Amino acid sequence: MVDTANAGKPFVRFESVQKSYDGEILVVKNLNLDIAEGEFLTMLGPSGSGKTTCLMMLAGFETATHGQIYLGDQPINNVPPHKRGIGMVFQNYALFPHMTVSENLAFPLEVRKMSKAEIESRVQRALDMVELGAFGSRMPAQLSGGQQQRVAVARALVFDPKLVLMDEPLGALDKQLREQMQYEIKHIHENLGVTVVYVTHDQSEALTMSDRIAVFNDGVIQQLSTPDDLYERPENSFVAQFIGENNKLQGTIKGRENGNCVVELVNGKSVEALAVNVGESSDRTTLSIRPERVEINPPAGKVPNIIGGKIEELIYLGDHIRTRMSVPGNDEFIVKVPNTAGHTLLNEGETAEVGWATEDCRALDPIDVA
Amino acid sequence: MADIAAQPFQAAEQDGPVLAADGRPLKASLARALRRQRLRAFMLVAPLLFFILITFAAPIADMLFRSVENQIVPDTLPRTVLALQTWNPDSGELPSEAVFEAMVADLKDAREAKTHTRVGQRLNYESPGISSLFRKSGRGVRRIEEGPYKEALIDVDDGWAEIDTWRTIAQFSGNYTDGYFLAALDMERTPEGEVTILPDEDRIYLFLFGRTFVLSIMITLSTLLLGYPVAYLLATLPLRTSNLLMILVLLPFWTSLLVRTSSWIVLLQQQGVINDFLVTLGLIADDNRLQLIFNQTGTVVAMTHILLPFMILPLFSVMKTIPPSYMRAAKSMGANDWTAFWRVYFPNTLPGIGAGAILVFILSIGYYITPELVGGTSGTFISNRIAYHISSSLNWGLAAALGVILLGSVLLLYWIYDRIVGIDNVKLG
Repeated sequence: MVDTANAGKPFVRFESVQKSYDGEILVVKNLNLDIAEGEFLTMLGPSGSGKTTCLMMLAGFETATHGQIYLGDQPINNVPPHKRGIGMVFQNYALFPHMTVSENLAFPLEVRKMSKAEIESRVQRALDMVELGAFGSRMPAQLSGGQQQRVAVARALVFDPKLVLMDEPLGALDKQLREQMQYEIKHIHENLGVTVVYVTHDQSEALTMSDRIAVFNDGVIQQLSTPDDLYERPENSFVAQFIGENNKLQGTIKGRENGNCVVELVNGKSVEALAVNVGESSDRTTLSIRPERVEINPPAGKVPNIIGGKIEELIYLGDHIRTRMSVPGNDEFIVKVPNTAGHTLLNEGETAEVGWATEDCRALDPIDVA
Repeated sequence: MADIAAQPFQAAEQDGPVLAADGRPLKASLARALRRQRLRAFMLVAPLLFFILITFAAPIADMLFRSVENQIVPDTLPRTVLALQTWNPDSGELPSEAVFEAMVADLKDAREAKTHTRVGQRLNYESPGISSLFRKSGRGVRRIEEGPYKEALIDVDDGWAEIDTWRTIAQFSGNYTDGYFLAALDMERTPEGEVTILPDEDRIYLFLFGRTFVLSIMITLSTLLLGYPVAYLLATLPLRTSNLLMILVLLPFWTSLLVRTSSWIVLLQQQGVINDFLVTLGLIADDNRLQLIFNQTGTVVAMTHILLPFMILPLFSVMKTIPPSYMRAAKSMGANDWTAFWRVYFPNTLPGIGAGAILVFILSIGYYITPELVGGTSGTFISNRIAYHISSSLNWGLAAALGVILLGSVLLLYWIYDRIVGIDNVKLG
């Protein structure tokens, strides 16, 4: 993987880019983003968050209303799409149905006026790369969804672009195939060292494949960091909620010291949390705790924060037991109890205590609970 | 349990037909089960089927049959036809006395039944002049009481002394004839029985067929050129705008054909809007106005307008299914706008072009009203000639033959198209 912090000059650069379709609403509000050469960057967000618009601006199919996009050193706002030399994989593959697989792959090479022999060898190499060497003479409609997807990937790479954009390319595949393709795309990226900008709304896809993830919401990048950072150290409630499973507790700040803060929950009980994204005393906050970091009935003195609750529902999931509890201020409080030897047996309807370490509980910006 | 599960497979491996549970062949069993369903489906379409058979298919078949039918000659002149069988047309001599006697008897009967003018008219198509011969002889034959009939009949009209007259009768004495088809292709059978093509100045129908085809191709091409961009806009504009545009495309459908054609007369005639405008601009002189209508130009212009929706709608329905990502993919791979269009978008619209072109071509090749109104003499189609033979000259046999040729050539084109493009690739909507 590429160390993005030390990559030096950015390869792709969005500089205060704004985009509006109707002159009233900004779909992309003020985007500043640097992408390093060879990086796999994912734009992740719910639909309508502006991620696809950003990709389309980079590809040249939309023009930025304000700001500038750079590719290498070149500002590319006024460069038409076909001169940008960016490979692209589309959601529904966009394979040309009237051409065979080989003809599809040869298309970008033909428009570049390469020699017949060169085209042939490159097409075969690209087909071999996606393990479809024998399928060159088939029509796209004769291939399965996964095979079509591989052809689409090969076609986006066959002309050796420096940058490849992927717009939810796995959206149409079933779950198993999707996971398999995630690894394949990741390996191709690692082998070729090409820069990839990937758009998806599937967070597990983003976590699997990316060097860095830009979480989009409401036209703004909420957080841009590595997958583990994003999951373990979310900077705001949206990211905490969007990435992975999350328990939230509403509270009010009572005091701050050494990067920690004391938060009073709705039932008047106080807990300690990491002060990540909070205001001063008496401001409201939302605490974020991952379900696997919570312990049910912890031994005395093990964790500093303990609140009482009631077990509402137990779901047996093999490796763990998913426990839904009601605690003050949240009756959808999820705890994952590992199915280890000799774990505590729980029953629905029982009361139990839940506890967690202070560093696993992050005090973030308040969100309104419906 | 394993035994039970294995049984069906064993059954399938047996030789011979697969049997149902009761021992009968599975296919028969299936057909029986579906029979009720089929019968119900048939009952649902039966009323329309019978209606179409009675009011559409049967009259057309009857009409087309007239192109070869020649019953009137053997029916009206039965004795003559029989007697003529012994006569050798190549002998260079008039038929025998027996033939003349038979003719006199036939003419007397025909005179009674008032059918002698009709048979004369029929034979007149093949040999001009026979019509008046029969009319005159019908009057004169009453006076012939006894033989020798040869002299008596020639006395009534000396047309009977010409061998060609008898040759024509002998030639067209059968129940069926190819005469109408020969006439429809500007050919004729000489009295000697050979098929020859008419001299240049007498050819009408080949020329008309040719003109119909050429003009139809021109109309098809111009609807394609005008319709393609409109269909593209319809398929790509935002829904609100494209709906408005669709209404504009469909508007002509809701307007009477006659109104639309007449409005072209208003626009294109020599004292019409377009000529007035050009004169006002000074582009043409007032005494040198353009002849835009009552010729081929008028036919092409008016029919292009009228048939345009038949091109746009199939094109639109195909273009709507082409995802915009195809063009984007092509451009991302380095194709400029034209290459992306020509190599990716255009090939995907071919089924629509095929459907629209077939539809427009078949419609225009048989079009009648518009060429009749705006075609003048140089812009009329074969259909106008067919209508003339149906309603004015009353030569239905020839009209039927022309119709058969028109229908046949459309079917032939359709077949060729199917071989080349494939009818499965055509999307009409």
